[in-house]
Amino acid sequence: MKIGIVVFPGSNCDYDCLTSFSRLAKENGLTAEVGYVWHKESNPGTFDAYVLPGGFSYGDYLRCGAIARFSPIMEEVTAHAKKGRPVIGICNGFQILCESGLLPGALYMNRDLNFICEHVYLRTERNDTIFTSLCKSKEVLNIPIAHGEGNYYADDETLKKLEDEDLVAFRYCTGDGLVTPEVNPNGSRNNIAGIFNKERTILGMMPHPERAAEPGLGSSDGQKIIVSLLKNIAK
Amino acid sequence: MVESLPKDPLITPELIADHGITPDEYERLKGILKREPTYTELGIFSVMWSEHCSYKNSRKQLKNFPTEGLQVLIKAGEENAGVIDVGDGWAVAFKVESHNHPSAVEPFQGAATGVGGILRDIFTMGARPVINMNSLRFGRPNSGQVQQLVDGVVGGIAHYGNCMGIPTIGGDVYYDETYETNCLVNAFSLGIMKIDEIQRGEATGVGNPVFYVGAATGKDGIHGATFASTELTEESEAKRSSVQVGDPFMEKLLLEACLELFQTDHIVGIQDMGAAGLTCSTCETASRGGSGVEIDVALVPQREANMTPYEILLSESQERMLVIVKKGREEAVHKIFEKWDLHVVEIGHVTDDGLMRVKYNGKVVAEIPAREIADDAPLYDPSASKPKYLKAVSAWQLSELPQPGSDMTNILMKLLSEPTIGSKKDIYRRYDHMVRTGTVVLPGSDAAVFWMREADKYLSLAADCNGRYCYLDPVMGSRIAVAESARNIVCSGGRPLALTDCLNFGNPTKPEIFWQFKACVQGLKEGCEAFNTPVTGGNVSFYNENPEGAIDPTPLVVMVGQIDKKEHITTQWFKKEGDAVCLLDGLQDDSLAGIGGSEYLRRIHDLKTGNPPCMDLKKEKALQDALLKAITSGLIRSAHDVSEGGLAVCAAECCFTAPMEVESEAVKLGAKLDFTSVGSRTPRPDALLFGEQQSRVIVSLAPENVTALEEIAKEFGVKCDLLGTVTGEELEITLNQGTLIKAKVDDLKKAWRDAYKNAAGLSE
Repeated sequence: MKIGIVVFPGSNCDYDCLTSFSRLAKENGLTAEVGYVWHKESNPGTFDAYVLPGGFSYGDYLRCGAIARFSPIMEEVTAHAKKGRPVIGICNGFQILCESGLLPGALYMNRDLNFICEHVYLRTERNDTIFTSLCKSKEVLNIPIAHGEGNYYADDETLKKLEDEDLVAFRYCTGDGLVTPEVNPNGSRNNIAGIFNKERTILGMMPHPERAAEPGLGSSDGQKIIVSLLKNIAK
Repeated sequence: MVESLPKDPLITPELIADHGITPDEYERLKGILKREPTYTELGIFSVMWSEHCSYKNSRKQLKNFPTEGLQVLIKAGEENAGVIDVGDGWAVAFKVESHNHPSAVEPFQGAATGVGGILRDIFTMGARPVINMNSLRFGRPNSGQVQQLVDGVVGGIAHYGNCMGIPTIGGDVYYDETYETNCLVNAFSLGIMKIDEIQRGEATGVGNPVFYVGAATGKDGIHGATFASTELTEESEAKRSSVQVGDPFMEKLLLEACLELFQTDHIVGIQDMGAAGLTCSTCETASRGGSGVEIDVALVPQREANMTPYEILLSESQERMLVIVKKGREEAVHKIFEKWDLHVVEIGHVTDDGLMRVKYNGKVVAEIPAREIADDAPLYDPSASKPKYLKAVSAWQLSELPQPGSDMTNILMKLLSEPTIGSKKDIYRRYDHMVRTGTVVLPGSDAAVFWMREADKYLSLAADCNGRYCYLDPVMGSRIAVAESARNIVCSGGRPLALTDCLNFGNPTKPEIFWQFKACVQGLKEGCEAFNTPVTGGNVSFYNENPEGAIDPTPLVVMVGQIDKKEHITTQWFKKEGDAVCLLDGLQDDSLAGIGGSEYLRRIHDLKTGNPPCMDLKKEKALQDALLKAITSGLIRSAHDVSEGGLAVCAAECCFTAPMEVESEAVKLGAKLDFTSVGSRTPRPDALLFGEQQSRVIVSLAPENVTALEEIAKEFGVKCDLLGTVTGEELEITLNQGTLIKAKVDDLKKAWRDAYKNAAGLSE
């Protein structure tokens, strides 16, 4: 399989995604070609999945992700997504997915207006998707966040739709899986940390699974998301 | 023929003085040129001979530092940063640099460009920066001005480092009156590379083109280096234009483009444009290459119309590099920078006449011998005299302090609530400290530990300096700075390799200040020799002074060490109920028992006096050797060195500093400790609990390993006291069967966690 990690000017989690995806593929006996795709590429060939990594594409100028959505590669990513092929956007990648309209809503400044880097708990809202099939029902994952603008916002109507159609992927929660305002790090609506598109082929999330993908880094819960995706592609 | 421009001002004694050039220096300058300078040339001399660039007051002293060692690949002063060997063909480049003055005037941009500047020093060496740290000194947080400074400086550092995708994994912060209007912002960066990828800042090969790459040049930062070389006054505000504005996005592009360039063999040299911008990079590359460089500044990309050659040469606009390209490879170099949407312009070429020749639309506006201006700056040996306050300091006796009451728990709480001692989480959670997935010990332990994935090597880093100790005894205080940073490395399971320093002082032309400087250099030198850790570079920041006086001398040390095996990585917090707690004590003797200069004396008794703790470097080395042997033998579960706040604070921190994955669920372990054996060599209980006597480490280990630890301690002549056991939810400390301290770990932790908020009056 071929996994394309898109490099925008200012992406900075591209290396972390590359190392974690390729290592986890290998550890799970999957043959995967994981490589970078430069954002100016308009004809990069076919990929089984695109990863939009974290970072500060275009320096977060104008709005996070607002300029990156106009990069030539985004036409290709959109066409790929429209065919029902998987896309995962992490942190800045999530912001780009929202800006490009592949996912609804927007990411506002954190409630306390500061950048926050720390481990948080996430409740997996459903485990029947290609991104979460290795998680138990409502499994609590320990995965870090690192963002200044991760406060998920959608208007009431959109929010209702997300909830009614079960499109919330992860919510900030306590270690026991309770969703409370106290453990919401950034003020996001309904403690949302990540969402799916309607077909659940696109996942956007603020936390960084690639930073919690091996035991030496405090948590390896992020593996479950990455390996779920890799295994489901291989199927 | 060198020509003045029509609009150049007349060179008068006042203009010369405004450029910070003394009459003697002006004569020296004319001697080098063998004529009067043009206005442009005067500007060039003023920045190159500023304290910041020339080290004219400090250079003679800095020669005393040990700089050699088997591990050293590039020595201090040779290039933009020192480089050391970490094995298997891998090397690291690292350096710390101050950005104190800019941060005092414009905290956010000042601190941000401090980070940007040090990063360029690292990647110009060919290394990819993978670690940032910083060392900050502020006034007491109860003033709104200090809170604004803290917020601005931390915000600026976060802004730049986070955007660059380089984790900020450690550092230190002190809050003391001495830094009230002179905050210190020292930024450190470390990069990794293959030994054969090391780049040089040399201009060689006559006819090779000289390229300007990166951001366009504006009028920001003109005379930044000169600004940094004077005291801060009311008028400093008016020099705000001296502060540069940073664009981390631009720097990220520049970094990636440069690293791509280094994978080719298209270039002979590269140098960043930092202090003194284009001027400094041009004459330094020519000087190192033993050549000349000719440039036409009209070709330089400019942000503003009608900039003069003087302004273009002196601008400290950020995110720019000078690249010396091999002739015939121009097209290939163009391609790389154009891919990253950066300016790339050929502005000149290498010559063989040894001159820095600057043209402006073909007209020669400056022509200066490159080697002379770069290397023959005036050198001074300012007079030094021992400060008068030291007499009273050294006469102070512990007996002058009233005997302590019984309320030791309360004092412990107060010390844990000191922002200097308390948690720094509010600061480091604003830094991305996890990107690049190598931060195997999160911020909050004695040393930061980073796994360099590319090389599969573990580095340990620690920043230390207690300015109050240095004020009270500069030699002792500086020895302690080196010793403590080395001790922190050893506590994490590593071997200290080399260090970089940032020497922050007042005005060197005042004899008492220069005496402090010389004594600190002496203390650092002794420390370096004791641990075989050469100085690989750094920075001197003088003039940290305002009308009320100078800061406490603050020779900051950042030590870099290496941990040989993953299994050796050790952290400071207790791990397991039932473990034994021991104190390893190298010194075992100090007449003041570490009370002089302590936080206890300063904050509880409001006294800034007494001889600081004693540092016997031989005994310290023995302690560190014993500890490292115990760790590498697999005996130790946690190790935390005794520093500010003494033994009681150290023991408390062992109970509750485990990283908080989620605050409410952090591991908290209590301990029952009997200090009777340590107490027998300490004059009184407050000294026992809060004295900052050096060369001591609290370790925890499985009870069955205590005998083996005692044997190792004996072998190295180190005392090992069994203090007690990790147990329960309280910290209880007894002496001769009497209780000294008894408190819930939860309460201790709360005081420690909210220290800054409470001190700043910000708690809800």
